[in-house]
Amino acid sequence: MPYIQNSDADREAMLAEVGVGSVRELFDSLPQDQLLDRDLAIDPGLNEDQLQRHLSKLGGKNLPAAGACFLGGGFYDHAWPALVDHLMQRSEFLTAYTPYQPECSQGTLQWIYEFQTMIADMCGCDVANASMYDGASAAAEAALMSMNATRRGKVVVSAGMHPHARATIETYLKHIDATVVVAPLQDGVTDWGDLVDDQTAAVMVQQPNYLGNVEAMAPVVELAKAVKAHSVASIYPVAMGLLKSPGEQGFDIVVGDGQSLGVPLGYGGPSFGFFASSQKAVRKLPGRLVGISEDTEGKRAFTLAFQTREQHIRREKATSNICTNNALIALRGCMHMAALGPEGLEEVACVSRQRALEMTSILEHAGFERAFPNTAFFNEVAFRADSEEQLLQFKNAMKQEGLFGVLPMGPDYPGMENIFTMACTERTLHDDLIRLGKIAASVLQQEVAR
Amino acid sequence: MRPEDRSYLDSHEWAKLDGDIVTIGITDFAVEQLGELVYLDLPDVGRTLDKGEAFGEVESVKAVSDVNSPVAGEVVETNNGLPDDLDALQNDSLNGGWLIKVKVTGADALDGLKNAAAYEEVVASES
Repeated sequence: MPYIQNSDADREAMLAEVGVGSVRELFDSLPQDQLLDRDLAIDPGLNEDQLQRHLSKLGGKNLPAAGACFLGGGFYDHAWPALVDHLMQRSEFLTAYTPYQPECSQGTLQWIYEFQTMIADMCGCDVANASMYDGASAAAEAALMSMNATRRGKVVVSAGMHPHARATIETYLKHIDATVVVAPLQDGVTDWGDLVDDQTAAVMVQQPNYLGNVEAMAPVVELAKAVKAHSVASIYPVAMGLLKSPGEQGFDIVVGDGQSLGVPLGYGGPSFGFFASSQKAVRKLPGRLVGISEDTEGKRAFTLAFQTREQHIRREKATSNICTNNALIALRGCMHMAALGPEGLEEVACVSRQRALEMTSILEHAGFERAFPNTAFFNEVAFRADSEEQLLQFKNAMKQEGLFGVLPMGPDYPGMENIFTMACTERTLHDDLIRLGKIAASVLQQEVAR
Repeated sequence: MRPEDRSYLDSHEWAKLDGDIVTIGITDFAVEQLGELVYLDLPDVGRTLDKGEAFGEVESVKAVSDVNSPVAGEVVETNNGLPDDLDALQNDSLNGGWLIKVKVTGADALDGLKNAAAYEEVVASES
């Protein structure tokens, strides 16, 4: 693809055409504290060798999560089989092309079909789409689909949903006739109170929630059913190795982020989202959907299905304006799931949970308390420090020892400044936990000594 | 000429008044234009419709269309078996293939709609 620069005159003409004074003004809708608002400090020019060295030096400042990583909050340090890295690089898979033409896309269509089947099984649902951008956009699409199906405008979202997912839902609904109501947390799990009423389109919960706590799922389905609203669950795929799937429990829509299915941490992305629902809702689903059919010779053939929902056919009446997905990353998920199988996924879940239990008893022994001792957790646990200062001390002490962890809850949950979460996976080593215990004890003892 | 006992919309729906109940369907011309039908979505009983509001969808192998209500009122009955028997809609859309019944208030419910002769002109211009 050629890269064609705009001249200053081009730029001015384009800005005048859209009625904007400067390029900077185009970014006014972004959160202003996220903008750099100065030119990048780049030297005028370096030769290739100098540039390589300069970039290596800059790259050297990164701290890769190669040590033990106890950070969770939506992205978890899971392992994946080497075959995933190898197979996804095969050139047959490397295409940005949407497989509209089944006659030349059977391979791509088949893996997407198999991906959909595995995701649907995992969610306990009839159908799943060909993937979405990430867990947050999948959750927002679930809100839209529920509003579309119920013709109502209120969405009740658990405060335990990932803050990014909540922010994305709010962004999606900001400019349409809709309200987002957040159900608060009580002792670490959602307190729905009387927020769900006959104006509610969707009741949305995350399992386990952002604080690591396992939510009671049956009441969510009951609350939603009673007012004919949709129940929506956002799930952590690995937890499905141990917990009952939301589909089995009667949820209408199940979404989530697929990072834990063979996708590297990668500084927080890219990942893929997934979206599953019931057969009767198939015409309301967002995104691509691959189906199975027969070709003119009666042989099995895969093809895009139900395209009449989509915007290239239906224009403004489309069920969603999503018409793409994170195919290559979803392919990793597909390969990972196929390689592990249901038994493998269950094993990952069991070991992750086992390590988290071990971590909890070690940290409790060192002197930290669980923040929500009356709730169940899966592999991520919330602890309480004496102060925010102590929390940061612990975090820095770990970092010095090459351990990453301690996700503070304060920034997203006012009043929880002393609370942090830590997560374990099958990659957490016993030795790391012993080291963690020593660091925790030394931090807490210093406190006592002072 | 299509039946003169009812009124028509430019978007190819028909409405037939009987007491305070209006039966609504799509015309044979609409069905012919759509081609082979594969799916029909009908509203829930009890839903209140505005005049002109889309209340359902008809999908064929080549297109999907909204179905609009020619009148304002409350849906009191839907043709329940129809989504599973699309042949009835395909072959008999003016009678057995009706879609919904709406309870209206006032005798002027069908005002502003086209009569059979005026609808023939719409069909002729689109044929």
